[in-house]
Amino acid sequence: MKNGNTIALAGNPNSGKTTLFNRLTGARQHVGNYPGVTVEKKEGTYRRNGIKLHIVDLPGTYSLTAYSVEEVVARDFLVNEKPAVVVNIVDASNLERNLYLTTQFLELGIPVCIALNMMDVAKGRGLNIDTVKLSELMGVPVVPTIARSGKGNIDLMTVAADLASHADTIQPLKISYGADIDGALQEIEARIVAHDFLTDTYPMRWLALKYLEQDRQILEKGRRVNPELARSLEAIVEKVAAHLDETLDTYPEAVIADHRYGYISAIMKQGVLKRQYDTDRLHTSDQVDRVLTNRFLGPIIMAGVILGLYHFTFTYSELPVTWLETFFDWLGNTTAALLPDGLLQSLLVSGIIDGVGGVLGFVPLIMFMFFGIALLEDSGYLARVAFMLDRVFRIFGLHGSSVMAFIVSGGIAGGCAVPGVMATRTLKSRRERLATLLTVPFMNCGAKLPVLALLIGIFFAEQKAMLMFLFTIIAWLGALVVAKLLRVTVIRGHSTPFVMELPPYRLPTFKGLAIHTWERTWQYIKKAGTVILGISIILWAMMTFPRLSDTQLNAFERQRTAILQTAPAPVAAQLAAADEDAALTPAAQALKERLARIDGQQAETALRHSIAGRMGTAIETITRFAGFDWRTNIALIGGFAAKEVVVSTLGTAYSLGEIDPEGGESLADTLAAAPHWNPLVALSLIIFVMFYSPCFVSVACIAREAGSWKWGAFAILFNTILAFSLSVGIFQFGKTFGILNGV
Amino acid sequence: MSRILLRRMQDNQSGKIVTIKVGGEMGRRIRDMGLVPGTPIKIQGRAPLYDPVALRVRGFTLTLRNSEADYIEVEVD
Repeated sequence: MKNGNTIALAGNPNSGKTTLFNRLTGARQHVGNYPGVTVEKKEGTYRRNGIKLHIVDLPGTYSLTAYSVEEVVARDFLVNEKPAVVVNIVDASNLERNLYLTTQFLELGIPVCIALNMMDVAKGRGLNIDTVKLSELMGVPVVPTIARSGKGNIDLMTVAADLASHADTIQPLKISYGADIDGALQEIEARIVAHDFLTDTYPMRWLALKYLEQDRQILEKGRRVNPELARSLEAIVEKVAAHLDETLDTYPEAVIADHRYGYISAIMKQGVLKRQYDTDRLHTSDQVDRVLTNRFLGPIIMAGVILGLYHFTFTYSELPVTWLETFFDWLGNTTAALLPDGLLQSLLVSGIIDGVGGVLGFVPLIMFMFFGIALLEDSGYLARVAFMLDRVFRIFGLHGSSVMAFIVSGGIAGGCAVPGVMATRTLKSRRERLATLLTVPFMNCGAKLPVLALLIGIFFAEQKAMLMFLFTIIAWLGALVVAKLLRVTVIRGHSTPFVMELPPYRLPTFKGLAIHTWERTWQYIKKAGTVILGISIILWAMMTFPRLSDTQLNAFERQRTAILQTAPAPVAAQLAAADEDAALTPAAQALKERLARIDGQQAETALRHSIAGRMGTAIETITRFAGFDWRTNIALIGGFAAKEVVVSTLGTAYSLGEIDPEGGESLADTLAAAPHWNPLVALSLIIFVMFYSPCFVSVACIAREAGSWKWGAFAILFNTILAFSLSVGIFQFGKTFGILNGV
Repeated sequence: MSRILLRRMQDNQSGKIVTIKVGGEMGRRIRDMGLVPGTPIKIQGRAPLYDPVALRVRGFTLTLRNSEADYIEVEVD
């Protein structure tokens, strides 16, 4: 029962798999998730010369064990979905280790076609590979490719399509694992056959091997299906394990790995691989590493790279950000002019355009940031960052790989805690994972950036880049200290292995970077377009209803009438007759301002009267210790939905309470002019936004990944209390010593 | 020729793996990356804080913590 024209792309991380996938499918891709897990599933279609293939990009793995979700996902796909062919991307410049995974595919008995990738790199390193011989010895087709340039892709697909139509009689590869293991394998296989044990899903020898490797998933399945037989199989494994321990001081899985590598070495030695130079010869990449991971230069360069990323992001995105702001201002004004005053106009302008515009205005910034991160990731530099920082992370009870989750969440500002929390899945230890996923929301994600950028732009305009860098450091310090705190209290325990490849430096392809950047930016836009739109409307309603009573409205109306009546008649007449932009006499101007003050008071009273206003006002007695007034409180309540809502809510709050009838002032100008605001309040708010409760999407992810809503609730309460304590500390300190207070 | 733990190796020193005395997940991950008895390795360098260690094996670069390198015994020249 093969899956017609489905081709699975599989291979080691850094083997050029993604590049090949992008080349083969072009724009015809679809990104989803494997059922039940958060591992990304990329699918696409290849169409050329009458061949049409459905291509699934499996997660990059080194092996097919049950230790990581990626490996389980990959092998479950192969076993359950039965793709017609596995196209195994093998890095020619790193042949032996890449073929280790290949042998495991062959042992599964699935049709394999090897794409021998990076032939150019291998040649540059003086490696001569006899592809014909390799194909002959491994018993599978081998097609040399250079994924970056697309060379060999057409051949590869032709061979794969051909294999798909003739691949019914594949026999699983049989490697000899030495007398002890082979004996046990035979014994287990005999019992598997006798009981027809799981043979509908797995080849029997592979199943027996997994028993000897003590594969968790298979052991559990076995115990469920036939507990009695499972026990007897486990007993055989225990016996051979005890024997190996006694005679050779080793483990069954060690012997199996030895023989797999032995099998590969034997093939290499039969004339497949010829080295022109000495293996220890330093490649260009290693020479670069001598500098970039140098004891003294390495950390300095690393700090420089991160700082450089900020300059790149902020400098180059400034212009498009201004364009978008101008556009949304224009859209708001035009809508306001076209529609009559009332609820509909208010909903469209204050609710939707301001809300969504405030978020979309930051798309260029986020795009530039993601581009920079993709550059670091694809070039291989990010792995060096993990390597250099592991010693530091371990101090805080984390893992060098935690770096990835932190960076995705906004460790280099501009990520998102949602994929960050999901990225912790690559961490094997439950404790390190838990500590990481609970602390990644402290990073400055793309949604906090608008808040930070707004406040920094107004109150600390001269040191923009420097302060963004500083706040990133503060986020890191906060996260690490809290992680340590958690690791010595609620999540105590040992650390897990740090076994990682440092991939050679590579010049990323522009296409790869563009796809990478676009995918992440699109996720942000989708979020802005759906969740944020809905939330903007809900918040608008919360800030609009209940409306003022007629008695209250009449009171304001009476005040206005009183002012007009006491004013000299010619002045009032001039004001009534004048256009909005017309020049007024000083007397008329004064009258206009007095009236506007009443309008402002009315708007403010209306907002305080609304649901959000009541909530914000109710907690003002507490939050004023941190310098927050009721408007800020409303914004922070909105920020639980998504942090960027803090900006849009402040915008809505201030434009609803707007004094200027033009409504054209940007939020930045309004805040800069508001008497209550000063750099100290801004600093206190920035710190609060950085550390308080993660947005509800992140909380939901945390709860799911940690396996309990208890941790979700913990994140909300613990983080908010922590953030409030920090903000109160900063605000009270600043006020007492007159720092940044501006008064 | 002498046998030492991988942790004790100097930068740029090479040798051949003799034993890897660890099973379970740690052992599996080390072996998946091609570290099995008989494999030639060479120390490429160490992180700024002397840990983890980067080593050259089968033509690529692998990093290990010192505490993990302690399971690996190497015969050095």
